[in-house]
Amino acid sequence: MTGKINIFQCENEKELDIAWCPGCGNFPIQNIIKKALSEIEGLNPQNCVLVSGIGQAAKMPHYIKINAFNGLHGRSLPVATAIKSVNPHLTVISESGEGDMYGEGGNHFIHTIRRNPDITNIVHDNMIYGLTKGQASPTTQIGMKTPVQVNGVILKPFNPIAVALSMGATFIARGFSGDIEFTVELIKQAIKHKGYALVDIFQPCVTFNKINTFKWFKENSYKLDENYDPSNKMKAYEIAHDESKYALGIIYQSNERTSFESQLNIFKKEKTPLYERYHDLDKLEKFINAKK
Amino acid sequence: MGKIIKDDVSIVISGEAGQGIQTIEKFLTRILKEEGFNVFATKEYMSRIRGGDNSTELRISSKKVRSYVDKIDILIPLTLSSIKHLKNRIDNKTIILIDKDSINYEGDNVVHIPIESDAKEIGNKIFSNTIAVGIILGLFGLQKNSIKEYMEKLFSKKSEEIINKNINAAEKGYEYGKNFYDENKIKIDIKKDEKVKNHILINGAEAVALGCIYGGCDSIFSYPMTPGTGVLLSLAEYSNDFDILVEQAEDEIAAINMAIGGWYAGARSMITTSGGGFALMTEGISLAGMIDSPVVAHIAQRPGPATGLPTRTAQEDLNLVLYAGHGEFERVIYAPGSLEEAFYLAKKSFETADKYQIPVFILTDQYFVDSYYNTEEFILEKDKITKNIVKTDIDYKRYKINDKPISPRGVPSFGEGIVVVDSDEHDEAGHITENLDLRVKLNERRLNKIKELRKNALLPELIGVNSYETLVISWGSNKNVVKEAVENIEHHKISQLHFNQLYPLPEKAKDYLKKAHKIICVENNATGQFAELIKKELDIKIENKILKYDGVVFSSEGLIEKIKELI
Repeated sequence: MTGKINIFQCENEKELDIAWCPGCGNFPIQNIIKKALSEIEGLNPQNCVLVSGIGQAAKMPHYIKINAFNGLHGRSLPVATAIKSVNPHLTVISESGEGDMYGEGGNHFIHTIRRNPDITNIVHDNMIYGLTKGQASPTTQIGMKTPVQVNGVILKPFNPIAVALSMGATFIARGFSGDIEFTVELIKQAIKHKGYALVDIFQPCVTFNKINTFKWFKENSYKLDENYDPSNKMKAYEIAHDESKYALGIIYQSNERTSFESQLNIFKKEKTPLYERYHDLDKLEKFINAKK
Repeated sequence: MGKIIKDDVSIVISGEAGQGIQTIEKFLTRILKEEGFNVFATKEYMSRIRGGDNSTELRISSKKVRSYVDKIDILIPLTLSSIKHLKNRIDNKTIILIDKDSINYEGDNVVHIPIESDAKEIGNKIFSNTIAVGIILGLFGLQKNSIKEYMEKLFSKKSEEIINKNINAAEKGYEYGKNFYDENKIKIDIKKDEKVKNHILINGAEAVALGCIYGGCDSIFSYPMTPGTGVLLSLAEYSNDFDILVEQAEDEIAAINMAIGGWYAGARSMITTSGGGFALMTEGISLAGMIDSPVVAHIAQRPGPATGLPTRTAQEDLNLVLYAGHGEFERVIYAPGSLEEAFYLAKKSFETADKYQIPVFILTDQYFVDSYYNTEEFILEKDKITKNIVKTDIDYKRYKINDKPISPRGVPSFGEGIVVVDSDEHDEAGHITENLDLRVKLNERRLNKIKELRKNALLPELIGVNSYETLVISWGSNKNVVKEAVENIEHHKISQLHFNQLYPLPEKAKDYLKKAHKIICVENNATGQFAELIKKELDIKIENKILKYDGVVFSSEGLIEKIKELI
């Protein structure tokens, strides 16, 4: 790749007024996504769509050259699902922070997994709310004091890996913004996977999370070794529930389900995206006349 | 006792949910329409799956008939409690056909027919509804051999045993009815119209759905909510024939976001819901406003606030739809008053949404979506619909600022460019910005759409004489009931002005209103929301309002009385 400009890089990258704090984990994730996309043959900014919600992570589409839908807080999964369903030729990624995906959009998270569209769901997980300035997020650990949770968080952290497993997700992975090559590979595998794929990415928030720092994530996570079998669901459950140390890598993968859009009747006869189609008005006339 | 009902009859069948009242409605409207009678049917029901007191009104007339009346000429109650439920509508002229063996009810015009015991003799109480169908057909004096033919046709998908039992039941009922008819005891004398045989018979929900298909709708995302669900069901029924994506979303928030996502990728998408469900969608409507996305929303109103009366009717959500979504952006609201209007306005909703890149609303209500009548067949223009999508070039910018009020809409993978949209204020390329000068420009462009929208707004329809002194205003589903009431008021200086576009209102509508000495606005709500909108839009204050908010549609007699009090 050296010397070659990544086609997903914004032409004006040097002039971009990026809204992230210096040292933010979002910067390496930006590189990870660009790199992953560019390393998959056939993908280009025209045939990929990056859908996001609201938050610092959700600003990603503005710093990558790609079709983008930066929508509402928590709502990127329904948008991404619909885009994929009306034009399955597109590669669709839904990306936001853990507050957006697991909090505000929690219901969509559950039901998108049930629906199983062939999209990749990237979740920046820094265990804190950044843009709203340091309140607890769904994954903030018990006991952390914040300006709102002044006596410390008492809610049990959301476990996205376990929830995704229970709902029947067929690709579940966890990456770390501090390990670029490793996480690039996870995202590439997730995009290639047929069906919904979750990649939760640990990242430090350098401004508001002084507990779960880069060093903390390093010390509290480990990479699944080469002998790990991601098709073993029971083992995956065990790992998902082991909160003493967090596993990184593909925790679960199977081909037991077919994707949502591939089962839709609208694509049985032809594969053209819906925007190229027109209804048969003679047929409509016939149906109306049948009401006589 | 002898009673001949001439030219207009109101027949009401009442009973519990689950007794097959809807089947009676379906069969009678279909058979009578095929015989050449003008028919109208509407139902009122409780929010429950079994039991309760429900009823359906069938009106058959020598003229076109398209509205509800309170009066009941013939009542066939299948339960005792449903008689009590209808007590305010039963008078000394109402004939009640009843099985006294099973329903203990006495009265002047009660006629005993052993419906239930006959049904049991045939094999099951459930055949009571087919017997009721037969009685009515007998009272119309239909040919006996046609009864068998209709039953065979209507039950064609059932087993031979079921068909035969239903023929038996219908013929049994028919004999009772025909005897009354032949003896002039009870006789329905309605003129047929050969043209009716060529009419179509559908309800409001189907008219909306068919119009949406005509408008190129290729995806609907919705969460079921009465009474908006009818449109979802109807589109689902046609989905395999027209390749329409029908997805039941996990909630209304997902539904509206999916519909907007669909439009982003070039599909013509819609949602259908009712007030409560739409309340959840309002942030999505605001998103459509910000990103210049088309979206079509069908909202069938019911009384609120909150859960309100889930299965009843109202026109209470005009303000909700008018103001839905934070921030300032434009929209169009259509409110069909007839099946024909529903069909063409549904199509137009997609055209308007697509052309102006705005949310467009089709505002109906429970009464409208659930009512059937025969109407002239819809004429289709067969030209391919225009999709306002451009093939993008390498420098494409979704929100390019030029002298045009609308920026051309590209879709991903169609062309060389990329398409970026953002719920934040954005620059020409669609990227987040806090450049406040640009904000002003883009905000003005979003709001400037109003000029074209107002210029192209549909004019209200004047029904009646030009030389009116009193003008009765209707909007949406009240069109036909106001029409019938105004026609029946013997006063030569009264006309009706019907609006099927509620927002924006065309300047020209003012001319009609200024001419009137007295304006009366008829609305199914308690606060006169449309009268308020007329004040805001056209600066004309309407002093006289006829408002109803009991969950029941206006009846033509009730409305005649109210209008008379005001003129």
